[in-house]
Amino acid sequence: MAQRIREEAAGHRRGDDPPYLHPDYVATRFRAPKKPLIILPRTLSDLTGPAYGNGSIGELDDDLTRQHSGDPLGERIIVTGRVTDGDGRPVRNSLIEIWQANAAGRYTHQNDQHPAPLDPNFSGAGRCLTDDEGRYRFVTVKPGAYPWKNHNNAWRPAHIHLSLFGEAFRSRLITQMYFPGDPLFGQDPIFQSVRDEKARQRMISTFDLQTTEAEWALGYRFDIVLEGKDATPMENHG
Amino acid sequence: MSPEPTPSQTIGPFFHDALIDEHRSELVSPDDPEAIRIVGTVYDGAGEVVPDAMVEIWQANKAGRYNHPADDRDEVPLDEGFSGFGRAGTDANGGFSFLTVKPGAVPGQDGRVQAPHVMVSVFARGLLKRLVSRIYFPDEEEANAVDPVLSSIEDRAFRETLIACDEGDALRFDIHLQGDGQTVFFGF
Repeated sequence: MAQRIREEAAGHRRGDDPPYLHPDYVATRFRAPKKPLIILPRTLSDLTGPAYGNGSIGELDDDLTRQHSGDPLGERIIVTGRVTDGDGRPVRNSLIEIWQANAAGRYTHQNDQHPAPLDPNFSGAGRCLTDDEGRYRFVTVKPGAYPWKNHNNAWRPAHIHLSLFGEAFRSRLITQMYFPGDPLFGQDPIFQSVRDEKARQRMISTFDLQTTEAEWALGYRFDIVLEGKDATPMENHG
Repeated sequence: MSPEPTPSQTIGPFFHDALIDEHRSELVSPDDPEAIRIVGTVYDGAGEVVPDAMVEIWQANKAGRYNHPADDRDEVPLDEGFSGFGRAGTDANGGFSFLTVKPGAVPGQDGRVQAPHVMVSVFARGLLKRLVSRIYFPDEEEANAVDPVLSSIEDRAFRETLIACDEGDALRFDIHLQGDGQTVFFGF
């Protein structure tokens, strides 16, 4: 708690982010820094950022169900939404990378030892660029829940990892998208590390009948808000 | 009313296939006569290496220009093909390595100049949000002494965690997530 207060007192602007130290999530105990953060002034070093990925998106990168010769097992879904900054402006032409477990709750990763089957038709990695209105769209399968060793009988709720750059170094975000009504939320220390109930709700996608395609796939909507550019002028940068 | 930001969550341990690609750690060609190598090891609070972290860097080019529309100083040249962004996963020994060029000095607030530096983001299982740090250069003693960010850190030993060590063929920037030798991390 003391650390949390220090971070807030230090002016950490993303106030709904989880703290570094969340002891229920055991791995934070030896990885959370304990010295106070030094607050960076706004300079070109962080008001710029990588325009990473332009021109390097493959045709099938946004459709995780078509990256192999056959169809992956599981429930086909469409995940779509808008990326905006803190002022509500669309984040255009910006890279989103995603990764997830397959429908059985297994990642292709060599360190994933969960005894659930791999799917030869599913790698679980995708990428796309947002369009001029900040919209993105992926086709994939709904990931399964999976066990991990954080505590006895610990299970991660179904989730998709998302990595976003936004328009500046400051706006970089890695987060997880969850599915509505998941019974595993209450026991998951990663989900619960976000203290504010309303902020936790902003990590949960909503089922969307308009996105759903008849006879084909359920649709989920997930809007993402990155840090805004803020009104602080940059006139002193030169 | 402004929309509220989406909270951060950990990168977890299974990001490699989606995010890591070896050539992304080389910002310049190994044939570039000005290429420098920056290496480091990520350690946790128990002094154990962190084999499942991802380190990203963002920097200006050797003239001190960022390849981004917000840096509109056309009098400072851009280098074609130099994006300024790099990404590396740590290996089984917690190590990471980048091939890049030393950035030039860049503007700070209120007309001040910032010493050459590289912005760093660290992501890992057990980090619920990224850590932000900076790499400064050991051969820039004068510029480092008046750098507005470095000089705002009073504790000398703490401040010096931001300055890479010259190992001859590479610069070393180890990252200590926690403990007595913890690296300086920044907030916004």
